[in-house]
Amino acid sequence: MPAHRDAESGQAEPRGSAAGPGRDEPAGDLQLRSLTKRFGDFVAVDDLDLVIPAGSFFALLGPSGCGKTTTLRMVAGLEVPTDGQVLLGGDDITWAKPYRRPVNTVFQSYALFPHLTVQENVAFGLRRKGRKDVAGPVAEMLELVELANLASRKPAQLSGGQQQRVALARALINSPQVLLLDEPLGALDLKLRRQMQIELKSIQGEVGTTFVHVTHDQEEAMTMADTIAVMNAGLIEQLGSPADLYESPATTFVANFLGQSNLVAGDIKGREGDDLVVQVEGTTVRVPASRARVSEGKVWLGVRPEKVVLTPSEPSGDSDSGTAGQTSVDNSLGPAQVIDVSFVGVSTQYILRSAWGQELMAFEQNTGARPLLRRGAHVDAQFAGPHAFLLDHDQDARAGVDDGLAP
Amino acid sequence: MSSATSAPSMPRRRLSPAWLLLLPGALWLAAFFLVPLVQLVATSLYDPTGSEELGYAMTWEFGNYVDSLAFYAEPFLRGFAYAAIATLLCLVLGYPLAYTMAFKAGRWKNLMLILVIAPFFTSFLVRTLAWKLILADNGFVVGVGRTLGLLADDGRLLATGVAVVAGLTYNFLPFMVLPLYVSLEKIDHRLIEAAGDLYASPLQGFRRVTLPLSMPGVVAGTLLTFIPSAGDFINSRLLGDTTTQMIGNVIESRFKVGDYPAAAALSVTLMVFIVAMVAVYIRRAGTEELL
Repeated sequence: MPAHRDAESGQAEPRGSAAGPGRDEPAGDLQLRSLTKRFGDFVAVDDLDLVIPAGSFFALLGPSGCGKTTTLRMVAGLEVPTDGQVLLGGDDITWAKPYRRPVNTVFQSYALFPHLTVQENVAFGLRRKGRKDVAGPVAEMLELVELANLASRKPAQLSGGQQQRVALARALINSPQVLLLDEPLGALDLKLRRQMQIELKSIQGEVGTTFVHVTHDQEEAMTMADTIAVMNAGLIEQLGSPADLYESPATTFVANFLGQSNLVAGDIKGREGDDLVVQVEGTTVRVPASRARVSEGKVWLGVRPEKVVLTPSEPSGDSDSGTAGQTSVDNSLGPAQVIDVSFVGVSTQYILRSAWGQELMAFEQNTGARPLLRRGAHVDAQFAGPHAFLLDHDQDARAGVDDGLAP
Repeated sequence: MSSATSAPSMPRRRLSPAWLLLLPGALWLAAFFLVPLVQLVATSLYDPTGSEELGYAMTWEFGNYVDSLAFYAEPFLRGFAYAAIATLLCLVLGYPLAYTMAFKAGRWKNLMLILVIAPFFTSFLVRTLAWKLILADNGFVVGVGRTLGLLADDGRLLATGVAVVAGLTYNFLPFMVLPLYVSLEKIDHRLIEAAGDLYASPLQGFRRVTLPLSMPGVVAGTLLTFIPSAGDFINSRLLGDTTTQMIGNVIESRFKVGDYPAAAALSVTLMVFIVAMVAVYIRRAGTEELL
């Protein structure tokens, strides 16, 4: 995953405008400067600074109420900032009316005009800009989103996925400098969502417009975006490529909100070469100093579940050594016991109870190299130092954990 | 049920619950709408020389229609004209009010709604009588009008068409405001945001999105205002005089003097005209599917 992700994340350049109406001039970067929005006492967006490069697919990711939608609405002009600036290609558009901004939005519930046909919905923006010859561009755009045969239908006669495409076409046809997508796939079922993620990504590549995508779905953000800004409580927790965020989370919130993490309390004892020596619950582990966000004191040692390698500590039948070829797995979290096994096909998810009583997660690919471990099995949980990360212990280890309460 | 024995293969026929539920209403309408309607049409074709004492003969007197229309064409047209003006005034006054209530009133919304409905707590007649006082020659409104030169020094409002139209507008305004409010209330705010996002100025957004989506309310409101206004006689009776007679006044007076065939013929004519106009109007407004 990292390798393939890195290859994609470099694409900030527009790749031409094969099907789209094309852009007259290269759009500039979208810049947010100390952007703040308060609703009464509640600070929805707190002194946000952000540069979104032209032509990128950018995701604002965070739980509901983190301020991501408010940020988007301020860019669209639907919300007036309490403080700060919105700049597009160097122009200050902070106070511009929404209908004067070269920005279009795909709304969360699509907000298609129910009294207009698909064709009229898509033509709406061009007509308002005074274009007379809209039939051509509309047909072209409907072709792009594969809806040419439904042009004369009303929105109520379309499925959710088709409505979503109309909303996209209606926004894209105006060749906005920035396209804002507010949870665009939230109303679709899982299968359709996956399909639309791929389509959106490829359409973005075709038209080269800057896409700013707001979502609470971390998988959706990672699948589509070049760059993700993880937001929490009105602030950006971390900004980077999906691989960066996943492999090197800067905060416990990011570690938990993007995928899952085992976070174990530890103490930095000192430095040996490029490694930090960390005392963790009775054992000592080594983590490269480059992977640490702090250099001394108490830390959270983070290890992603799929980076945990399990070795049965009792002979388990006809198995050969489970760690053969994995020489880099030089750190151990000590002996643990399997307390739950979930078989999900491509992988198996184990929940372990560590020697000090903490529950740890370990995901293993079902390569068939070793039979599945059974509940109650005793294992040694190991990981490679460069796969771990060290975070400041002052943070809440449960920040950003999806406990099923968030939508 | 008897068919069950003769054709055993057929499923037993039963009255479905839907039909049973329709039955009371259908019976009510048959007794109190359909029968009187047939009676009304029949009366309109009676021999006009009959009277209550001597009885009426059914002579299929279609001439009743021709005669009454020829004789009362003026109040007929005046009635429609007054109703149309009052409906237009209701729309012009009611739309901004309903719009404000639906979109801008915030926590005052319910209070405003109650104020719109409040007149219904008093009788129609009493309210119209109150307007008689308001528009009286020695009243405040006429006084101000004369002072400002809007009215001649001996100018009056009572017993003029202005008073009748004002009364109609006042009395039927809630019937315009309520359906308008309901249809505006239903409009998703995000649609208006979306229009703005798609380069529509607030005015264009109103014209292209809000107004078309509120058309069911406009149609319902204008119908609920126009239809009763066109047949109304109270406003003209209390606020107007013989020169402001509407068709409703004529029908009432024909009934009073026992000229039932003419009254019935005029009633049927009024009804047919209104139904025809409504049918054309709904089709022209293009709101069949929205209704």
